[in-house]
Amino acid sequence: MAKELQAKIHASAFSVFYRDKQALHSVTLDIPERKVTAFIGPSGCGKSTFLRSINRMNDLVEGVRNEGRMIVDGTDVYDKSVDVVTLRRRIGMVFQKSIPFPKSIYENITYGMTLTERKTKAELDEIVESSLKRSALWEEVKDRLKNSALGLSGGQQQRLCIARAIAVNPDILLMDEPCSALDPISTGKVEELISELKDTYTIVLVTHNMQQAARVSDLTGFFLMGKLIEFDKTRTIFTSPAQKETEDYITGRFG
Amino acid sequence: MTNPFRKERKFIGEFLAEWSIRIVASLSIVIIFLIFFFVFREAASLFTTMNVGTANSKTETPAPRSADAQAAAPEQYSAETYGDAPETYGESDGAAEQYNPAVEVEPLPGTNILTPLNMNYPEIYNPETGSLPADINDPTPMGTFSVTEQPLSLWENLTSNVWQPVGVQPKFGMIPLLIGTAKTTVIAILLGAPLGILAAIFTAFFAPARVRNIVKPAIELLAGFPSVVVGFFCLVTVASFIQDNFDNTFRLNALVGGIGLALAVIPIVYAIAEDSLSAVPRTLWEASLALGSTKWQTAYRVMLPAAAPGVFAAVLLGIGRAFGETMIAIMATGNAALNSWSAFAPARTFAATIGSEMGEVVWGSEHYGVLFLLGTILFVVSFSLNAVTELYVKKRLIKRFQGR
Repeated sequence: MAKELQAKIHASAFSVFYRDKQALHSVTLDIPERKVTAFIGPSGCGKSTFLRSINRMNDLVEGVRNEGRMIVDGTDVYDKSVDVVTLRRRIGMVFQKSIPFPKSIYENITYGMTLTERKTKAELDEIVESSLKRSALWEEVKDRLKNSALGLSGGQQQRLCIARAIAVNPDILLMDEPCSALDPISTGKVEELISELKDTYTIVLVTHNMQQAARVSDLTGFFLMGKLIEFDKTRTIFTSPAQKETEDYITGRFG
Repeated sequence: MTNPFRKERKFIGEFLAEWSIRIVASLSIVIIFLIFFFVFREAASLFTTMNVGTANSKTETPAPRSADAQAAAPEQYSAETYGDAPETYGESDGAAEQYNPAVEVEPLPGTNILTPLNMNYPEIYNPETGSLPADINDPTPMGTFSVTEQPLSLWENLTSNVWQPVGVQPKFGMIPLLIGTAKTTVIAILLGAPLGILAAIFTAFFAPARVRNIVKPAIELLAGFPSVVVGFFCLVTVASFIQDNFDNTFRLNALVGGIGLALAVIPIVYAIAEDSLSAVPRTLWEASLALGSTKWQTAYRVMLPAAAPGVFAAVLLGIGRAFGETMIAIMATGNAALNSWSAFAPARTFAATIGSEMGEVVWGSEHYGVLFLLGTILFVVSFSLNAVTELYVKKRLIKRFQGR
């Protein structure tokens, strides 16, 4: 039990500044391995900023500055010795908008794998099939792997992005509002997928949709104004929150 | 009963603006088509006069003379004079007018007035091109030409290997011009396109915003740089540099011209490639980086293919610019219609030929028609280049790079 709940990601007093504006105020939390951790909160509360700090996507924003420590598997990801490229290969990410590359479905999946090593056609085929199967897309696209990924529906595109992320075999999967642009049926499929994937991956999910957090996550964190208000088991958060702000938010009194 | 949805009266200013936009827009479209029409019409007169044999063709193509005269005349077109013809045609045009085939029966040696000056004194006449070594020039087409009794048919003339538009028997061989155009354009694109595209990739993805804000307008400003200045720069600086480093026979050659054209091509390729690269959604950039690719891999494998149609259009416009650029081609290529593929031999492009000869050509003459024919070819080539791209290559590119 203790081993299962070992912290995969540990943030201690982690703050993020965009130029002068402080977007995250000294966040400290532990994200356990092979669980789904959800972050909820109103827009601009810093939950996406926190997520993007884990795989250092925030580095791409000009004028960004961090304080505190973000430790993944015992290593501070902002340490000078860390190679961002290797880090990001270990931490996959799925974005809010499904953004398949303007390539074929097959090339979308193989893109990440062929970046560092040369693989045979058979190996590639196998990985494409397994990752598409894992993302519950195989049956729908197996006959048109060479077609453009842009021809897929929104929900299929998002599942393709998940397949693309897991094809490089990461440890952690970050999902930034993966269902916000999807219809309920596609959302259902993606949520189902998340539940299946948590046996293998540590999943961190940012969502606007509280029901979604309640449905799929094991732990939930509530962000407000750049501060982590409360972080606990999902059931606790949604049934007996400790903080007044959390209760107000989840009962719909603001936000 | 009033109609609640009745047309409201427009303000007069709005009305005027709308109509002036319509008129000016349609006018400019019409003008573009008229340009093509008139250029083509002037060229078409060439074919009609040749067939009918009007007064125009009489002055330009003299009636057949005795075998002695024919044999003697071309002998004097020594190899050294190939590139010099345009310099002399003012002179010989005058001669051609005085020349009356009906009166002139004596063989040529006596009629020196018909002979361009430089034929006898190439070194004095034009030191630069007068020093051409014989091996660059291929005298065989002249030989075959000289024994012909009949003047060449128009088609034979146009496809011959000699461009010497003024003389007893003007030669309008387009092959050297074609070769000159092709080699300078190829050099310009081989130099200009990669540089322009790489610069575009750099500013679009790698450069910090501060650098980008300076570099981008600066390079785009170069697109409006007067080509005569670029030509002068090549003529003086680049030519000397090439001369010092390669020790070539001709100081001005296709390579120098090609470099000059590349300088004109780079800003165009850059500007359009940069725009299409910047237009690729930034989210693709992030998505690729999140998969653990380096910036370079992302630029090369995701962003460039995504922008492929735009980048290709940029290269194509670059080709169009190199193909049609006149002033740089006149100043820096040596402007001699040599029948040589060597990059270190002078070249003469279509555009440069029109630019340097149109000013002094006899209006309505055969030469005039041929120049317009060159213009038509320029037009048709760039038009079909664009059409082929739009209809065929673009689709292939999209399929190839984007799997659609």
